[in-house]
Amino acid sequence: MAIQKKIDPTAGTPHEAVIGLEVHVQLKTKSKMFCGCENRFGAGPNSLTCPVCLGQPGSLPAINRAAVESTVRVGLACGSEIARFTKFDRKNYYYPDLPKNYQISQYDLPLCKGGAIQVYGGEEKWVVGLTRIHLEEDAGKNIHAEGRPETWVDLNRAGVPLLEIVSQPDLRAPEEAGAYLKMLRLIMLYLGVSDCNMEEGSLRCDCNVSIRPKGSSRLETRTEIKNLNSFTNVENALTHEIRRQMKLKDSGGEVIQQTLLFDPIRGETRVLRGKEEAHDYRYFPEPDLAPLFLDGSWIEGLRASLPELPMARLERFQKSFGLSRYHAEVLVRDMDMANFFEECVKTYSKPQEVANWVINVVGEEVNARHVSVGEIGITPGRLVDLVKAIEGGKVSKQKAKDVFKAMLGNERGVVDVIQALGLGQISDDSFLREAVKEVLEAHPEAAEDVRNGKKNSFNFLMGQVMKRTKGKANPGMVNKMLEEVLGRGTTG
Amino acid sequence: MTGLLELRDALKSRKLKAVESVGEAIRQIKQVDPSLHAVSQTFEEEATRKAEEIDRRLAKGEEVGPLAGVPFTAKDNICTCWGTTTAASRILQSYRAPYDATVVSRLNDAGAICVAKTNMDEFGMGSSTENSALVGPTRNPWKTTHVPGGSSGGAAALAASTRGMIHLGSDTGGSIRQPAAYCAATGMKPSYGRVSRFGLLAFASSLDQIGVLQANAAECALALEVISGRDDMDSTSVDRPVPSYTNEIEGGARGLKIGVPKEYFPEGIDPEVSENVKRGIETYRKLGAEVKEVSLPHTLYANPTYVLISAAEASSNLARYDGAHYGYRASSPEDLFDLYSRSRVEGFGPEVKRRIMVGTFVLSAGYYDAFYHKACKVRKLIREDFEAVFREVDVVICPTSPVPAFPIGEKIDDPLKLYAVDILTVTANLASVPGVSFPCGFTRGGLPIGLQIYGRPFEDGTILRLAKAFQDETSYHLRAPPLKAWGDGARA
Repeated sequence: MAIQKKIDPTAGTPHEAVIGLEVHVQLKTKSKMFCGCENRFGAGPNSLTCPVCLGQPGSLPAINRAAVESTVRVGLACGSEIARFTKFDRKNYYYPDLPKNYQISQYDLPLCKGGAIQVYGGEEKWVVGLTRIHLEEDAGKNIHAEGRPETWVDLNRAGVPLLEIVSQPDLRAPEEAGAYLKMLRLIMLYLGVSDCNMEEGSLRCDCNVSIRPKGSSRLETRTEIKNLNSFTNVENALTHEIRRQMKLKDSGGEVIQQTLLFDPIRGETRVLRGKEEAHDYRYFPEPDLAPLFLDGSWIEGLRASLPELPMARLERFQKSFGLSRYHAEVLVRDMDMANFFEECVKTYSKPQEVANWVINVVGEEVNARHVSVGEIGITPGRLVDLVKAIEGGKVSKQKAKDVFKAMLGNERGVVDVIQALGLGQISDDSFLREAVKEVLEAHPEAAEDVRNGKKNSFNFLMGQVMKRTKGKANPGMVNKMLEEVLGRGTTG
Repeated sequence: MTGLLELRDALKSRKLKAVESVGEAIRQIKQVDPSLHAVSQTFEEEATRKAEEIDRRLAKGEEVGPLAGVPFTAKDNICTCWGTTTAASRILQSYRAPYDATVVSRLNDAGAICVAKTNMDEFGMGSSTENSALVGPTRNPWKTTHVPGGSSGGAAALAASTRGMIHLGSDTGGSIRQPAAYCAATGMKPSYGRVSRFGLLAFASSLDQIGVLQANAAECALALEVISGRDDMDSTSVDRPVPSYTNEIEGGARGLKIGVPKEYFPEGIDPEVSENVKRGIETYRKLGAEVKEVSLPHTLYANPTYVLISAAEASSNLARYDGAHYGYRASSPEDLFDLYSRSRVEGFGPEVKRRIMVGTFVLSAGYYDAFYHKACKVRKLIREDFEAVFREVDVVICPTSPVPAFPIGEKIDDPLKLYAVDILTVTANLASVPGVSFPCGFTRGGLPIGLQIYGRPFEDGTILRLAKAFQDETSYHLRAPPLKAWGDGARA
């Protein structure tokens, strides 16, 4: 979400990059955009098809209301203006993955116009304007088997509802593009409208990029890099393309309007088509679908039911829980983790303690196992029990992680687990006094050093007590006892 | 056995078996078809099997449906699981539809049985059924040297020369009404949205409508009642209750206001056509209707408007026939472009190519506004003409075609001459209003002359009622053509 300052290819040059993104997001509706076929990734080739999405003669589209609803929710979340009257149009072009040889899309009356997405860049928050969000159908997939001349066509994806989100040319560096894309993804995840899985292609990105002298406000000739399918590729492709354009201009050349493809392995772009080969899509209103009139109260109902969005949550976590921006961000960017955290602080009012645990211990487990927080096998309630046990001196901080591990995947209470592991903390006053006495007798010179103000020796004595008690001594109590004997203030 | 209604009654009272009804239909088709070339295929085996099943169910006392055992034919651009669905095009010569069109399902559900597919102009493009790439020209049963009109020429020829069947046709610019006029059939193009288009191979989506060609208005009412109504598979079908057309056609002409648009007797209209239609209008006056002259001023622009809009939509609708997914594929293509290009060059006939090229041109960047967009604006004016006139009168009456049937070969090489035949029918499609054509006289040479009535949208019953009133008074619709499948006697 935040921009980690990486290499800005225009840094130290007289150039400025101007970047706008066109992002395609597959909606995870139950059925496809214009037919009843299941909308699912990974099924056998052409198994999720019917006459409509196969473009069989005589078949007709029927609008999936849930897809329209999702689009409107995305628009509302981005502050877009929602069209009260909208329609679909045909975009005509020939390709084997497009069975009708036209795509049902939206041309001049998109469902959502305008809007903006807020992104954190370093310490400051900035805003990326949106031009439009429209709804269309996805195409199928052409599959080229290595070393074979045939092309196979899988039409499972044909007709899957697809959002196209077009940003203003408000981005100035590859990492800004990355940050914007990540925020966009997070908004989709919070709305629950898409999985935004770049590997499966449910989030794809085209980048428009041009460069101009710093301080200029003119838009120069741009190129478009098509179909980038990872955050890294977006940033790498942009970095490469900005450098290419700068080099070209520096040597007196001109950028020509082209559509490019990025080869992530070679780290290069190659030309897909030039301006003169640009398609004339011959858009015209889709006569098979009646225009849509959206009801104002329906839209308002959707607005009222929007969930809290990532930016609002980020700010709330800082304000209400006193978390740092960094901690708040780490939590918010994993919605499940943030929810887990919120469940914890409902019953235990030390948010910073909880955040540390959720981020460091729970988070580590989640990352190591590549699962969601719900799948690691501990409820917020049991985590709180553990944190409380530490506070209550029932287990040391050092050993608590072992307890946590032992609590995963079962329903055992924290006290049981501590006992079973033999990790119960010793808070028995007379037992601890005995141990302290023994240590002081064994190391008189260290005790003397402490009295003379050597802090290290105090820690040495603490360590000796812990060693003698196999780490189970309540460190707070031992600390107090040593202070009593050796004098106050010595621990600084 | 005479007409459809008597057949239906005989089947209902079990005086006639479904097998006998189907057998008689097949017999009639086999008798006339060698001279007419009206059908592309018959379903003797399948239909007989289904008739036997219906007879078994009837014998068991099961409820089968209001049209149990009634034979029907479908124009070859209407999808049937039985046989092929070719739209009379080489590009779909062996195409087997994976589903039944909604109209076919509705007839099947009512117990009717498909016995044949009828010949047509390729993809509905033509007014003479000379453009059939698979069957060759269909002939007019009144004079076999003449065309039956088109594009539903096969259905019209059968409607005139056989008895006791339902004939499904489609009408984009007059393709039901004009052949009905040329063959002395009663042809009904319902209001746009009244009958589902799902399963109709699209020519021009905003103009296409399925209807029927029959011996008289009462037969049309019976068939229309069954095929009408909202279909979730066709978003342009309208959710309005389907009235009982068989009841609505009673009631006569008295009290109805009939408008005669002065623009519909254009210069160059055949004097015999004009004379007979005017006499037909007098008949309505006699029957107690109020007749007055009205004006539909934009009629002058109707034909070019129709040509542009229908071609534009066709260019997109027919893009799916590319050799990649189904239908005709050129042999050993060099590459993808060659596959597309040669499959279409070899698969489509000249008239289809002409319209695809016109349509592609008028949607192209730089021409869209001057042609397609302007045509859409004129279409709106034509609609407004009708709205204004229908505030004054209940229906509009006019000739169906400016000329009677013409000799095969006379106009086929001059597209403009052939398009001119449509000038009086295209307005109904542009304005989405219902239209019915029925015989109002004959030329001295014995060729039928059609009279046409337009009604307000969704007042399909009113125009059928007026047609019925005319047929109750006159006998043109009873006259039998020289080429027919029964011995002596009237048609129905």
